[in-house]
Parts: sequence; C-alpha cells; structure tokens
Amino acid sequence: MTSDPWTRKDLLGIAELSTKEIELVLDTAESFREVSERPIKKVPTLRGKTVVNLFFEPSTRTRSSFEIAEKRLSADGLNFSSSGSAISKGETLLDTALNLQAMAPHLIVVRHSHPGVPHMLAERLEAGVINAGDGAHEHPTQALLDAFTIRQHKGRIEGLKISIIGDIEKSRVVRSNIHLLSKMGAEVTLAGPRTMMPAAVEKMGVSVAYDLDEAISGADVIMMLRVQLERHSRMAFPSAKEYFNLFGLTRDRLKKAKRDVIIMHPGPMNRGVEIASDVADGRDSVILEQVFNGVAVRMAVLYLLSGASQGEA
Amino acid sequence: MKLLVRGGRVVDPSQDLDGPFEVLIEDGHIAQVAERVKGIRGAQVYDATDLVVSPGWIDMHVHLREPGQEYKETVRTGMLAAAAGGFTSIACMPNTKPVIDNRSVTEHVASEAKKDPHARVYPIGAVSKGQKGEELAEIGDMVSGGIVAITDDGLPVRNAELMRRALLYAQHFGIPVIQHAQDLDLSRDGVMHEGEWSTRLGLPGIPGSAEDVMVARDLILTEDTGGRYHVAHLSTGRALDMVRGAKARGLAVTCEVTPHHLLLTDKAVADTGFSTQTKMNPPLRTESDREALINGLADGSIDAIASDHAPHHSDEKNLEFSLAPFGIIGLETNMSLCLEKLVRPGLISLSRLVELFSTGPARILNLPGGTLLEGTPADLTLFSLKRSVTVRAAKFQSKASNTPFEGWRLRGRPMATILGGRIVGTPPTA
Repeated sequence: MTSDPWTRKDLLGIAELSTKEIELVLDTAESFREVSERPIKKVPTLRGKTVVNLFFEPSTRTRSSFEIAEKRLSADGLNFSSSGSAISKGETLLDTALNLQAMAPHLIVVRHSHPGVPHMLAERLEAGVINAGDGAHEHPTQALLDAFTIRQHKGRIEGLKISIIGDIEKSRVVRSNIHLLSKMGAEVTLAGPRTMMPAAVEKMGVSVAYDLDEAISGADVIMMLRVQLERHSRMAFPSAKEYFNLFGLTRDRLKKAKRDVIIMHPGPMNRGVEIASDVADGRDSVILEQVFNGVAVRMAVLYLLSGASQGEA
Repeated sequence: MKLLVRGGRVVDPSQDLDGPFEVLIEDGHIAQVAERVKGIRGAQVYDATDLVVSPGWIDMHVHLREPGQEYKETVRTGMLAAAAGGFTSIACMPNTKPVIDNRSVTEHVASEAKKDPHARVYPIGAVSKGQKGEELAEIGDMVSGGIVAITDDGLPVRNAELMRRALLYAQHFGIPVIQHAQDLDLSRDGVMHEGEWSTRLGLPGIPGSAEDVMVARDLILTEDTGGRYHVAHLSTGRALDMVRGAKARGLAVTCEVTPHHLLLTDKAVADTGFSTQTKMNPPLRTESDREALINGLADGSIDAIASDHAPHHSDEKNLEFSLAPFGIIGLETNMSLCLEKLVRPGLISLSRLVELFSTGPARILNLPGGTLLEGTPADLTLFSLKRSVTVRAAKFQSKASNTPFEGWRLRGRPMATILGGRIVGTPPTA
C-alpha cells in the first residue's frame, strides 16, 4: 500500500471512527480473507511484532479469533489472562499494564469487564491498544466483522433495514454496531424488553420497538443478542421461558422479515432462549460465517495498527 | 490589637451592604464598618484596594478524613486548604473511621482543629450509631461536644421510621438533619447519571429518580414532624422543584448545591475519556438539571453552595472508572470557579454569591459567622475579581489532587483570609 490513511495508534471503539476508516478496515479484511482460504494459512506480514492478548474476562471466541489472526500474520502472540496473573494478588490494572509495556510489545489486545479500561491503557502505554470488549461499552472488532459479513451478503450497508434484538442494556456488541451501521447509512431498529432497554438509547440515532414482530417486519438483517438473565437483577425479567415467548426468534415469526433476510448472532448463543435452533441452523443464518470473517477482520486491524504504532507505512 | 481593612468594596448580604467601606477589627471582633471608621490609631492597615471584602466564606460540606484516613486528608491540611481557598469555616462530615457518632470522636476532631487553627471546624455528627441506619446516635451528647447538624451522609437514612425519629429528636437541639438524598435500591451499582451518556458509555447509571424519591419521602416526614431538613448536594431539577414547593408551604427546608453540579454535566465523563475525576455521588447530571440549579441560585430556592470536598489518594482515583471512589475536592477551586462561571457571565450577582457561601450556610447551621455586624467574630474573606488563576492541583494545600478542573484558567481568586482578626491564608500567587 503506498498511501496509508490509518493514523490511529489504538482501536478503542467505533464511535470515533470515520466512514473512511471503517471502509479501510473492511477493504483490508477482504484481502486477508483470502489467506484463510489457502492451504497454508500464513503470511509473514507481522513477523517480529509482539502482540499481548490481555484478557481480564473469560472469552473463548474472541480470544481464539485474535490468536489465530496473529498466527496467520506471523506475529508473536502472548496470552495473559487474569486468572493466572498478579491481578488476584491486588496489583492495579495500571501496574499490570506498565509491566507488560516494559516488555515492549507492539500491540495489546484487551478485554475487560469495566468500560473505559482500553482508553485508560491507551492513554498511558506506547503500545497500540485494541479493544476486544470493555464491559457494556464497545466491541469494535465484532461490529467490523458484522459489517464485513453484511456487506458480503448484501453488497452494501447503506439503506438496509437492520434489527438488533435482545438485551440491549448489557450489550457492547449493540453499541459498536449502532455506531457503525448508522455511520454507514443503515436504518437500525432495536427491540427487547423495556427492562433491558438503556435510558435515552434513541439519542444514539436508532428506532426502538418493544415488540418482536414490529421490529423484524421488513428487515434485511436480524441480529440476535445473547440474553444473560443472570447478569440482571431478578427484577429485570422473570424467566427464560417467558423471554423466548416474547422475544425468541422462531421460524414462524421470521416470516415478517424480508425473504432474503440474514440472521446474525455474535455468540455464544442460548438456543431456545433468544433463538430457536431451526433458525440458528437454518438457511438464513450466517452465524458461522461471522466467525470465519472475524479472523480476517482482526488480521486487518492488527495489520493496520502495527503499521501506525510504529510510524511505518 | 487592631486591624484596619481599607480601600476595598465591602459586600455583606446580611446587612445589605455593597460599597466602599472600611472595616475596623479589634481584639478579633468586628469593631466598625463605615465609610470612614473612627479610632484607627495604632491599627495595622491592610490595603484592600481593588479587592472585595466579605464575611468569611463557609463551606458546609467537607470531608476531612480524620480520624482514620489521614493519608487522604487531615484536619490540619483541610484547614490549610480552606484558608488558601478563602474559607474561614468548614463543617465536616461524620463518615470518618471511626464514625463521628459520639462525643469523644467529635471532641477529637474539634481539638485537632484548635491545635493550630486556620479555620473554624464544625463537626457534623452521624444520625445513627456507626452510620448503620439502625439506632439513633447520642445526638445530645455530640451537640455538647460541638456538632452543628446530623447526617449519615454517604449512607443515606434508608429507614423511614429512623428518619422520622431523627427529624423529631433533632428539634430538641435546634439542629438540622442533613440528608444525602439517594434511594439505594434505585442507585444500585450505578457509577454515573443514568441517561444518554451512561447508555453510550455502557456504564451502570444512577437515575435522577434515586434522589427525587428520597427527597419526596423526606419532605413528607418533615411536614409531619415539623423538623428541619437540609438536602445535601442537591443535583436534580425535580428535587429542586420539590424543595421550592416545600418552602412555599412554609416547611423548614433548605438545600445546597456544589460548584461541579453547577458547571459540569454527565457528558464530561465521555469528553474526558472516562476520567475518574468526573465520578462523584450524586453524579454529574444533565444539562437541563444544571440549568434548573442555576435558576435555583438566582430565584433563592437554593440556600448555599458547598463543595462536598472529598479527598482521595491518587492511587485510588487511578483505578478503573467503575472501581474508583466517588468524589472530588473543592475548597481551593470553589471561589474562582463560581466567580468566573456564575458571577462574571451575570447568572447571579456578586452579593448573591457571597450570600450562598457565607450568610446562607451560617443561617442553615446556626453559626456565628456569615456577617460583618459589629461585635461578631472578625472572619473575613478578601478576594479579587480581576486577578486570574490557573488551577494546579500540585499547588493545593490539600493532600489530595482529585479535581476535574486541572488547568482551567479562571478570573477571580482569593487574596487573603482573616480568621478572628488574624490573617491565616494568603494563597500562593499564580
């Protein structure tokens, strides 16, 4: 690439990205997707770069996806998870991070249950910081891989009617997706129980529905979110059964959507709670493609940030 | 021992004074306030040309952290911060370790303050033993030891029956019951105001209703008991409306607001990228709440401005936003912030600001200050409307540096603090 418009040291969220930057990541991911289809799935692009996967919260999917992306780019990845670390000994987050910094990694991929942690690290560390999910705030690479998948199926994002359904309040995926999809010109509708809808969410530029049928009527894309009833106080929702009756996506209810609708889910799924198995495994589902694309998108992010953080083209 | 303060503009809302007057201080008391005072022979002269001379300022909501958390602040450093910020009196909250819930802890704080007095320190006692919200503390005994009000502050009185009893019992001593009005079930694990910005940032919210519900309950209890009730750091427009309504019905209700709730909104959490200096309780509210509070200053519904000076160590504030403690300090920024942001744009008059920081709190807590009437203790605050200051926490007298106002350039600043006729605070030049 001769001119590299990517200038950010960190990827903290979608909120601050321009549509040009989003498109750059998606376009870059296109070229990396091909790597995953080769028999030998490895390129030397990030040889000699060290990436620390700093996970303070359990994660299988996102961490594996980053790890595979790092391996395919020939970067040296190090896994640091809170269970085996000094965190339990009372070390502060900043001290942990400064210790890692002292080992001079190029990039730090961080997942934490508290919003703002990647921002706190980015401000104080030389290494580029990639937010792999901070509490209910943002999960930018998930939104990017979702957009990548949508673009692949629909050829565009602009003008699409996209419904996101589930536990909006506790979801970082939804926040990153709202930013990304509305920046790219989609029409976003959120739906879920009123007790799981965060205050003033319509100010983020979305429509809100409290009825599943209304929310999915005419939808091009339906994104189901994992419902974690255990994360709410018992006052938020009575039972998984009642949830499924009101907001569970079934084959029958899907008839309200467009004929060529695609069904997405960031995982992990609760079958029989937010989504029926025949929908999750049905012909409209692109859920496993999302996972496949996740690797390419994360390769693109790692690639772009490793250049920017080193001041290289 | 005489001190003559001459050349300044005297603003004393307690006497409706605003003009070029001289103040003569004799033996620690105000002897005369006049255009030209008499009997100045032998007096030391303080040239207050270009300065405002007002009754000593009072911050009625300060956390001194002593006993128990002296690494955050002590009575001494709190007094020094007060003197540097133009405050001659501070009232300190009982959430120390141990809690100020008995006479001996009360007297300990009072005696620490008398060792090298830089401000008058008025302890506020707990409502309940150990601030546990179960049984009344020995309030009468604490009054003998010097408390001027009761509150469980950060642990609001949750039990309505206890609140009712406290409002009744405090009447024996003529002291107000101060409430940090917050329904703990509604505020839950919230760390900022619940609204657009908590939603955007994914942080758990504290709804405005957490404050409103508690104020509503307490006003009903105040009406039934005939007690005196004071809302600490009131932060919502709706709570203010209720207080305004209660006052109109003749209830003995007062309230204070903080400079940060008057100047900042919940958006600051996003604008500062999750800075823990924007984390306080009650949280920064919305723009419409902020505007309502400004209107409340102007229309007289608000009785005092107080800082809720809450010192924390930088190690504590340098944690994840959700884990960092609530609170910021204010003794050394109160004045400049209010002069620059409230008086200079004409939102309130200078005399009204002086009232909110002196006569107002003195009336609420029944303190001897807040006036320049002849015969009262000579507590004066001298300040400039013209000189500027840049907020630099590193220069604070306070042990703590947790402020969201670092680097703010402000016009108007304290110049001298006179306590009982003695100059105790001459802030460093900046």
